[in-house]
Amino acid sequence: MAGWNGSRTDRAVALQRFGMGWVKFLVSLALTLLGLTAITFVLGRVMPLDPVIAIVGERANAETYNRVRQELHLDDPIIVQYGIYLKNLMTGDLGTSRLTNQPIVSDLFRFFPATLELATIGIIMGVGIGVPLGVWSAVRRGEAVDQAIRLVILVGYSAPVFWVGILALMLFYMKLGWVAGPGRLDFIYEGMVEPRTNMILIDTALTGQWNIFRNALSHIVLPATLIGIYSIAYISRMTRSFMIEQLPQDYITTARVKGLSERAVIWKHAFRNTSIQLITVVILAYASLLEGAILVETIFAWPGIGLYVTNSLFNADINAVLGGTLMIGTAFVSLNILSDQLYRLMDPRSS
Amino acid sequence: MAATRETTWKEWLITDMPGSAMQARLGSGYRAWLSLARSRTSMFGLSVLLVMAFLAVFAPLVTPYAPNAMAVELRLQPPSWDHWFGTDELGRDIYTRVVYGSRVSLSIALVVALIVVPIGLFVGMTAGYFGGMIDRVLMRVTDIFLAFPRLVLALALVTAVEPGIGSAIFAIAVTSWSPVARLARAETLVIRRSDYIHAARQQGASSLRILWRYIAPMCMPSVIVRVTLDMANVVLIAAGLGFLGLGAQPPLAEWGAMLSTGRSYLYDSWWVATFPGLALLLASLALNLLGDGLRDVFDPRQD
Repeated sequence: MAGWNGSRTDRAVALQRFGMGWVKFLVSLALTLLGLTAITFVLGRVMPLDPVIAIVGERANAETYNRVRQELHLDDPIIVQYGIYLKNLMTGDLGTSRLTNQPIVSDLFRFFPATLELATIGIIMGVGIGVPLGVWSAVRRGEAVDQAIRLVILVGYSAPVFWVGILALMLFYMKLGWVAGPGRLDFIYEGMVEPRTNMILIDTALTGQWNIFRNALSHIVLPATLIGIYSIAYISRMTRSFMIEQLPQDYITTARVKGLSERAVIWKHAFRNTSIQLITVVILAYASLLEGAILVETIFAWPGIGLYVTNSLFNADINAVLGGTLMIGTAFVSLNILSDQLYRLMDPRSS
Repeated sequence: MAATRETTWKEWLITDMPGSAMQARLGSGYRAWLSLARSRTSMFGLSVLLVMAFLAVFAPLVTPYAPNAMAVELRLQPPSWDHWFGTDELGRDIYTRVVYGSRVSLSIALVVALIVVPIGLFVGMTAGYFGGMIDRVLMRVTDIFLAFPRLVLALALVTAVEPGIGSAIFAIAVTSWSPVARLARAETLVIRRSDYIHAARQQGASSLRILWRYIAPMCMPSVIVRVTLDMANVVLIAAGLGFLGLGAQPPLAEWGAMLSTGRSYLYDSWWVATFPGLALLLASLALNLLGDGLRDVFDPRQD
């Protein structure tokens, strides 16, 4: 009886902890997002231009000026203005882009899939190449292979992505002609893809337009690799250190003594125990890819959020810049906190 | 004679029974230096940084031209004896501009470090030392800043204020202090329970005095490691802002901005973009190597 009772309380405690975990997660997500909006709000207010003059022009009389000023709520206390700003955000009103003359929100949703496509291929490369490199490096710790991999990781960390990007564009596109140039498609294919997800690789695969698919692939290879370099470096570095933590432990020795093959010891025992930490690292890497896309997209004229932000920037379109910041920021913050939360929930030792 | 004097100096430094606080401090510094010096890669990083700092300080003496001296008839010349790294689209000597560019990058990194360390220490130590409500509020704010995308936020900040080095430094500093604060808090939580802190408190030392004289010095090693590693990112972000035209403004020689102009002449004149980028890679590589070495010395727990 006591045992049954005990297990029930245990389960209740565990459930409660689980529930509290998610409540905490939602609270910290909400607070952080609130912080993000506070920052974009302040940034939108400190710009040197008078927003009223921008609307009514230099020669407007005082009456018009004051009317517009009131319509913009600029005379209200700052906290009220922030409330109005939040209300507008909730209804998806971020203003109109000077660049496209469209509502910024619809622009963002049109440009985001391109960034998502790039970052997703980048993270697939990061996991596909980074994890085996990290495991290999940890298993051969201190040997020449390990030294070589660590050097690659270090260079991957230190290389300025925009520099490697323009050099790669010069070499592989201009000089060697191995890949297609900037943009997502060759000019002749523009407009031939029916937008469904706005991710060209998926859209063309769905409709079976394989020649366009191949063309899109040849366009995405270079920017995705570039963006992938960082995640390869980051993921393999973390994998290496997680594996190094596992390999000297007793259960590994036990597995070896049992006569398991080295492969089984490494992948089925040691590697499996790093998976929780690894998942959180992959999520973090994915978040930073969304951000890292800005410079890569500028170089490769890749029509994602990054390019949208930099183009708006040159048009002094602060609302569009802040809208993009908010979008990338929200994705980044959510992934960041999610990874933190997953780690806490999945690793029983962490509390 | 010289040999014996050297050994006595060394013995004085590494003695187990230092006669003064000064000797103990020098001794532990010397031990840290010895173990750092064992790592060839961190020595490489340190020497690269020292050479760069030397070139940056004495830039006018080690460069053959003025950084903005134009010679349009010599535009886009490939590397030669006269122009080691070639010339750019206005006939300016790229070697000279790369050297002057190190002034910009290194001073941005230095200024950011000088801003970020005191702020991070102050927030982190206050939160860790006083605990309770103060801790919760300060750490919540820190976490919010920690969760932000740095480059994007720096971009938005610089756009809202105005492009330029000052705004770039401000933007980078705003997004960089939070890891230092986290670290300082974690260290403070451990240190505040130690006996010497209790002793100081019994002697009537004020909280402020305890924080700055007793706790801050203990936080410094791990903070220095963290900041050194982060400087590699700072240099890259600053150059990224310059590349986008938001950092240093022309005609100031800055690596990111130079790269960005080099982009237009890529096909025929590879050298315009190559050398500033190489300098940037070298600087961030050196900072990463030095940071890794320092971490091995001061924080052997982490790999």
